[in-house]
Amino acid sequence: MKRTFAILLRNPLSLLGLVIVAVVVLSAVFADFITPFPAHAGAVVDFANFNKAPEWPYVMGTDLVGRDLFTRIVYAYRISLILGVVVLVLAVPVGVAIGLLAGYLGGWTEYLLMRLTDVFLSIPPLVLAMSMMGVLEPTLTNGMIAVTAMWWPWYTRLVYNLTRAEKEEGYVLAAEIIGASRLHVMFREILPNCVPSIVTKMTLDLGFVILIASSLSFLGLGVQPPTPDLGSMVADGAKYLPDSWWLTVFPGLAILVAVFGFNLVGDALREVLGAEQ
Amino acid sequence: MLIFAIARVIPGDPARIALGPNASADQVAALRERLNLDQPIVVQYGRFVADLLRGDLGVSLYTNRPVTTDIAQFLPATLELVLVSGVMMVVIGLPLGILSARYRNSWIDNLVRLVTLLGVSAPAFVWAVILMLAFAYFLPLFPIAGRISDTMTIRTVTGFLMIDTLLAGDLRAFSNAAWHIVLPAFALALSGIGQAARLTRSNMVETYDKPYIEMAQSYGFPERRIAGRYAFRPSMIPSLTIIGLDFAAMLGNAFLVEAVFAWPGLSRYGVAVILRKDLNAIVGTVLIISAMFLIVNVIVDLLIAFINPRIRYSQRAS
Amino acid sequence: MTAPTLLIRDLRLGFRGYSGLIEVLHGISLHIARGERVALVGESGSGKSVTARIVLGLLQNLKSARISGLVAFEGRDLSRLSGRERHALRGTRMSMIFQDPTSSLNPVYTIATQFHEVLKRAEPGLDLAGARRRAAAALADVAIGEPERVLDSYSFQLSGGMNQRVMIAMALANEPSLLIADEPGTALDVTVQAQTLGLMRDLVARHGTSVLFISHNLGVVREFADRVYVIYKGRIAEQGPTAALFEDPRHPYTRALLSAVPRITGGGIPDIEDASEEYFAPLVVHEGFGEPEGVPA
Repeated sequence: MKRTFAILLRNPLSLLGLVIVAVVVLSAVFADFITPFPAHAGAVVDFANFNKAPEWPYVMGTDLVGRDLFTRIVYAYRISLILGVVVLVLAVPVGVAIGLLAGYLGGWTEYLLMRLTDVFLSIPPLVLAMSMMGVLEPTLTNGMIAVTAMWWPWYTRLVYNLTRAEKEEGYVLAAEIIGASRLHVMFREILPNCVPSIVTKMTLDLGFVILIASSLSFLGLGVQPPTPDLGSMVADGAKYLPDSWWLTVFPGLAILVAVFGFNLVGDALREVLGAEQ
Repeated sequence: MLIFAIARVIPGDPARIALGPNASADQVAALRERLNLDQPIVVQYGRFVADLLRGDLGVSLYTNRPVTTDIAQFLPATLELVLVSGVMMVVIGLPLGILSARYRNSWIDNLVRLVTLLGVSAPAFVWAVILMLAFAYFLPLFPIAGRISDTMTIRTVTGFLMIDTLLAGDLRAFSNAAWHIVLPAFALALSGIGQAARLTRSNMVETYDKPYIEMAQSYGFPERRIAGRYAFRPSMIPSLTIIGLDFAAMLGNAFLVEAVFAWPGLSRYGVAVILRKDLNAIVGTVLIISAMFLIVNVIVDLLIAFINPRIRYSQRAS
Repeated sequence: MTAPTLLIRDLRLGFRGYSGLIEVLHGISLHIARGERVALVGESGSGKSVTARIVLGLLQNLKSARISGLVAFEGRDLSRLSGRERHALRGTRMSMIFQDPTSSLNPVYTIATQFHEVLKRAEPGLDLAGARRRAAAALADVAIGEPERVLDSYSFQLSGGMNQRVMIAMALANEPSLLIADEPGTALDVTVQAQTLGLMRDLVARHGTSVLFISHNLGVVREFADRVYVIYKGRIAEQGPTAALFEDPRHPYTRALLSAVPRITGGGIPDIEDASEEYFAPLVVHEGFGEPEGVPA
């Protein structure tokens, strides 16, 4: 762990990634203290200062009702990160457990579980989430549910493939021979060997969940106003291009930077941990 | 096989959609009755499959037209966009990956990796907005929106403007349509280009460690041919499935780009029906897109069989 | 006196890594006369395979590799040749046979395609039909009964022994003057290995090809080589004619090696435990088998 971290710090690109991730996370956590207008995260209007190009103290300009864009972006990070973490906390255990079961037990269990996974994988991810949002009310909670529903199958696939490979390894056979229970073999023998791959994928995915969630809200199917959200900010601002360019450019870049940071770290982790998908 | 696969997709969807919690209860109850949603799921499913087999997806509550008519109107524009993006993904992404792998750990490699990582780090709509600002507003090289200039009228045959204009023999209209599609297609393709390049690179770097590449090098096969053939082709076997999935994901991401460039495709229809909870239309749209998705996957499987003799021979034997 | 096919003098190789320079070869010297079969014997990690890769010019382009010393091929100093000139020698004047024939053939191209590529090294304009004719003849030379069927096959459809013959045919197809065999056939079972080695020996004798035979299998070396160099941790420990070296091993490491080999099967070298200081004893040269003097042109 320490060694991994040391290697990450040595490579300039992964260092950049770590810095970005740290800045994004810290700013989201301490949003109340670092943003100039914390109240602007909610339903506030300030028509005296509406639609302003970037100028002090509005470093990224203001939106159409006069709210500070920088403040709203930082708060949107907070929402995105919460969403990303919740989605992964829900999706990863489900996906991993199903993948382990299907991969280790085989037979009918494998057939049923993997067909179920295929059903989810046979619909483009964004379309699946969209159609779920179509019947659910577009709220943050439902957004998480929709994204979770499209996310777990990928972990099932990953762990399924890993489990099938690990199953043949000597240490698994050894555990079976000395009479270890199936649960023990799955969770205490095989699972620990899948952890590097899972962790790597989670780092990369934290970025991609932010990306997908912003796509949903961009289409008006995600978080609803007045909650700040990067995707819906871009969507709202796009109507006022090119004159009020800051309305779209800054939230757009905010997504880009955050996802880029997570990708840099995830990529570096993959190389260091030697975890291949 | 295809029908079986599609049938496998269906059970989840109407049921899941039907079971969703409802906004305004009265309205929805009436709607449920009209759509036979009050009946047991098995009955619904039976009816649905029966209708589907007749090519009937029901009537859209939003447009009051058969869903198939609506889809037939909007689908070609989306498909045209996705196909052009797919071509860009392959034509730009794979060579970048090959270049990166051949000069691995050099500055070229680092540059390509950085750029492609940026490519996958933003959703298509962000790229759409950035490209639009840069190349349509500040540098007015490309049109801002639409599929073709309003002054041009083209008889619809296939719905694919780039084909229709060619059929009409109108080269000016063809180049106009091509000119309109460049930015949206590139915005849509960027993450696919990034994915394809990254995947190609990582698989090729692995292949470069194989004994048969060392053999090719020690026999002095030209480096260009090693990169373009002897290392590339075996590397494509694991990559192709994922590249196929990325291509298919464009069908969904097209929604994002269409919204920015006012592209008259399935997106606006899809979002509109989703917001109106127009069940038949939602199911129809999802179904069509899933069918496309499946078709792409079948094509990918065929391609894999084509480049992997092992699969080709095992199938011939069985 | 004509220049030897291969002359290596005081060759050193180091890799620059995170923890500074790691020396792999500490100045080795060897030569191979025309038509001579010379074995380089040592345990894994002793520097045999990197020597072969330097001769082929494959390590010279590696940024982290530090190479010094002389490697002369047919009297030409490789370090004075350009990358392009070194490249021109590969596959034409020198070629190589690998440990595992099956994984050394590309799995997605037929034997014919790969043969075509090999033959084009010597004759760039050769078309596929011409290549097939030449390849079929070359395959017949290595006692392959149905060359046409083999040409249309992929490596995974052929047995390991068959692939090994294909590799030998490819390696000799352009009539190279030097063949490097890096642990040939170690991945095959013993009888097949013996058969293909016999085949190889007859062919190189017929073509007058010089061979650098890299192995850790003393039994095979004894059958195949005219002279032997024993290498230990990047240094040559002992050199001499095969018979003399096997009957009268003088260097402590050679003796340890020979006593560790199961006599009857003549299998591979079990890694010798307890590296002894004695193994670093100075080079022993059997009388009359030293390195040639003088500098090649």
